[in-house]
Amino acid sequence: MALMFTDQDFEEKVLKSQKPVMVDFYAERCGPCKAAAPVIEELAEAYKEKMVIGKLDVDQNQTMAGKYGVMSIPTVILFKDAKEADRMTGFAGKEGYEKLIKKVLGEE
Amino acid sequence: MRQLIIIGSGPAGYTAAVYAARADLKPLMFSGEVAGGQLMNTRVVENWPGTKEGVMGSELMMEMREQAKKFGAEIIDKKVNKVDLEGKVKKIWAGKEVFESRAVIVATGAESIMLGVSGEKEFLGRGVATCAVCDAPFYREKTVYVIGGGDAAAEDALTLTKYAKEIFLVHRRDQLRASKIMAKRVQENPKVKILWNTELKEIIGKEKVEKIRIMNNQTGKEEEMVTDGVFMAIGHKPATEIFKDQLELNEKGYIKTKMSYPGVTTTSVKGVFAAGDVVDWHYQQAVTAAGMGCQAALDAERYLEDKNE
Repeated sequence: MALMFTDQDFEEKVLKSQKPVMVDFYAERCGPCKAAAPVIEELAEAYKEKMVIGKLDVDQNQTMAGKYGVMSIPTVILFKDAKEADRMTGFAGKEGYEKLIKKVLGEE
Repeated sequence: MRQLIIIGSGPAGYTAAVYAARADLKPLMFSGEVAGGQLMNTRVVENWPGTKEGVMGSELMMEMREQAKKFGAEIIDKKVNKVDLEGKVKKIWAGKEVFESRAVIVATGAESIMLGVSGEKEFLGRGVATCAVCDAPFYREKTVYVIGGGDAAAEDALTLTKYAKEIFLVHRRDQLRASKIMAKRVQENPKVKILWNTELKEIIGKEKVEKIRIMNNQTGKEEEMVTDGVFMAIGHKPATEIFKDQLELNEKGYIKTKMSYPGVTTTSVKGVFAAGDVVDWHYQQAVTAAGMGCQAALDAERYLEDKNE
């Protein structure tokens, strides 16, 4: 299961995480985000040993979306050691996300 | 070997899948990496018959997908990257994997056109946006520009009125191409100003969009305008790249079909049918696409019944 992040627990769950984290910035109203949702779930399951994968609803959590300059959704941002390691805007399919994940895990 | 492969997952593709599945053709659909087509980026669809209150574009498409699956259509969320349609066995590649079928329905639709101006790609997701439903709330109390003059541009402008402080619609002609009802709503909305005969020339910024340069194509006068966002809605082109050496296309790149009875959706190659916005350069509606998807499924069914094919 993909985790749900909020403005309140973002520091604890994302920035302080021991493992790298991928955050899917999304909203209910956004069609491409809906198309991305099952892929995010699938990846969360497939990479659960190595990585934390979760979602942040930008309508409910505007602080973090604003802080990281998210202006288009879906946007995924990968965090490693409390820093942004990479990001991708627009749903690029499972392969696109896996490329990012492998890059941040050093599995390329 | 499979009977039927459907490429594309907009209203044409899903309708074809529903009909073909109900005819027991066990269709395989390649929906692309991002399933659902253009309606996934639409807010409320108000002209889908039977939905008096309107329906969310993305919800309508998810429903169609479930309906196709319910009747036994198999769906693979991959993009087709190569086809070989000659002869009785059609070959379809998704990545390195190849699939074979006796008949194919092409319903790949159309994709958004970008203008190709400087800054457009660079600032995508940083002030340049293509989906107003998705991104409008990021522009609360801001000044934004929408580029285009068709229904998509009108809808984007109206969506933005809920959030943005002011919206400028930049259109290169002196009247809107949008449907009358949409054009009227845009023109009557006090937050929207239309800049007629105007073209976008450049998008300028450092980290994100800060300004745009526009030109009046009557006077040639150029101006720089301060803005927070630019929504691109200039139109679409048919997604026919992989078919151009396989099927006969018209001069604008749309797939040519017979357009007469029987076998309206028949392409230049036997056993290959086409439906929806990949064919239709004129109407381009969800309902017309769905109607054509139905025709394509029935045409394919008839073709498959002939044991000699």
